[in-house]
Amino acid sequence: MSAVRLRHSRTLLTLHRLRDGSGRPLLLLHGLGERTPEAAPSELLSWSGPIFGLDFTGHGASSVPRGGGYTAEGLMGDADTALRQIGRATVVGRGLGAYVALLLAGARPADVRGAILRDGLGLAGGGPSPGTPQIPFPNPAASGPPDPFALAELSNDVRPPDYATAFLRQAIELSGLERPLSVCCAERPEWLAAVAGEPGALETHVDEALRHYAAVS
Amino acid sequence: MDAALTAEEATAARHPCARRPDRQRFVSCHGLRLAVCEWGDPGAPAILLAHGGFDFAGTFDVFAPLLASAGYRVVSWDQRGHGDSDHAELYSWEADVRDMLAVVDSIGPEPVVLVGHSKGGAISTHLIQAAPHRVRAFVNLDGIPSHKPPPDVADHERTRLLARELSGWLDHRQAAATKVRKPDTLDGLARRRQRMNPRLPLEWLRYLASIGARKDPDGWRWKIDPALRPGGFGPWRAVWSMSRFASLPVPLLGILATESEPMGWDTRADDVRPYLPPRARVMELPGVGHFVHIERPKEVAELTQGFLAELR
Repeated sequence: MSAVRLRHSRTLLTLHRLRDGSGRPLLLLHGLGERTPEAAPSELLSWSGPIFGLDFTGHGASSVPRGGGYTAEGLMGDADTALRQIGRATVVGRGLGAYVALLLAGARPADVRGAILRDGLGLAGGGPSPGTPQIPFPNPAASGPPDPFALAELSNDVRPPDYATAFLRQAIELSGLERPLSVCCAERPEWLAAVAGEPGALETHVDEALRHYAAVS
Repeated sequence: MDAALTAEEATAARHPCARRPDRQRFVSCHGLRLAVCEWGDPGAPAILLAHGGFDFAGTFDVFAPLLASAGYRVVSWDQRGHGDSDHAELYSWEADVRDMLAVVDSIGPEPVVLVGHSKGGAISTHLIQAAPHRVRAFVNLDGIPSHKPPPDVADHERTRLLARELSGWLDHRQAAATKVRKPDTLDGLARRRQRMNPRLPLEWLRYLASIGARKDPDGWRWKIDPALRPGGFGPWRAVWSMSRFASLPVPLLGILATESEPMGWDTRADDVRPYLPPRARVMELPGVGHFVHIERPKEVAELTQGFLAELR
């Protein structure tokens, strides 16, 4: 396993190469508060291409910003930075990473060759509309990573269902893939229920999803 | 100032009605340094002014002294990435509100009066809802979002999902680390800013440039973080803010612009009335644009004083 440092605005991200291979790379996006695992998860080993994992801002071996300011859109920028390094890829996201994978599939439809959504921490976010306004002040003494600001802010980011489906529709329209999204999750927050009901999203098993995207150009 | 001023620049830096703050200090919010400034008697009741997106505290250099001479301690700060505050790694609405609370805490234990313009009005609204015990009264200066997406609110604040907008934003993020602003003369900066502020006189914009920009060997550059980008997209919608206005537990005066312009929010009193809490007042200033406190500093200061006097 090797790693490279990538610059995204003022953050230094760490992209881990978990396994070599030939063919299109697979990019793994971890869940809220997690980091890239030490080795490629066994459920992904049927993939023939190289497998990469990105540590999001404030997580794992990536740098920790001062004073928070996290958004899921900002993490989409993290994932886009990884994509620029490895080229067109199929993306597997867990929890928060699954939501980011959806955003990235809509924002970079030519470069994301399928997004696979898995259960994981931070899948629900802050729900479909804002809750009671609050100002999270994480304990400054808490040691990270993960950055306590990331945990406080990204567990609270609002994910309206129609916002999520707009990204999927854009992926359908511009990726040339009939099925840019595979939903392999048991948990169904509202944004994901809406997305899973759209044409272009298929509920399936991760093995099947990997086979499907390995075959698309 | 970082370098000697030419005679022309020195003239620009002297505006007949503007007065630089009496005191300047810094507040550290979780490692981020925020520039705070004050006008008036430090023992007087405090008013905190919140500037709009892509502005800075110096935009209150005419308005704040008027309130200070009416017997208030007037405080303002540069939001992260703006004016003399640190350029941050990340920017978000929530982070701006948290920074604002750090500034409120630095003023003292007593509740303060908030006056917020544009985005500053919107983050003030959020702060009041999250920490009502810290606020005594609220004056909102053309900072009530209604139907039109606010143009001076960055990044995650919109629902437009044009492919071009998304890829443009991502491309900007990649370039942001190394981006530097274009150098220009003070006059050049003022004229460029006038495209977004068409109703504001050049004399004022030259003054703003003289305090909001720094003089490098190759010319003047705005101090604002080049990583910030107007516009954007995101899950936020105006109706969420608007419907929560009804819950505000503090006395409220809303002063709205009526002249449409690029940075304006185009909210009218009739849009707001159904969402006002009891005893709140919202009014329109005929013939005035988005920067109500810059176009009519005296009138807006008098309205603010009158409103606060009624609370005593």
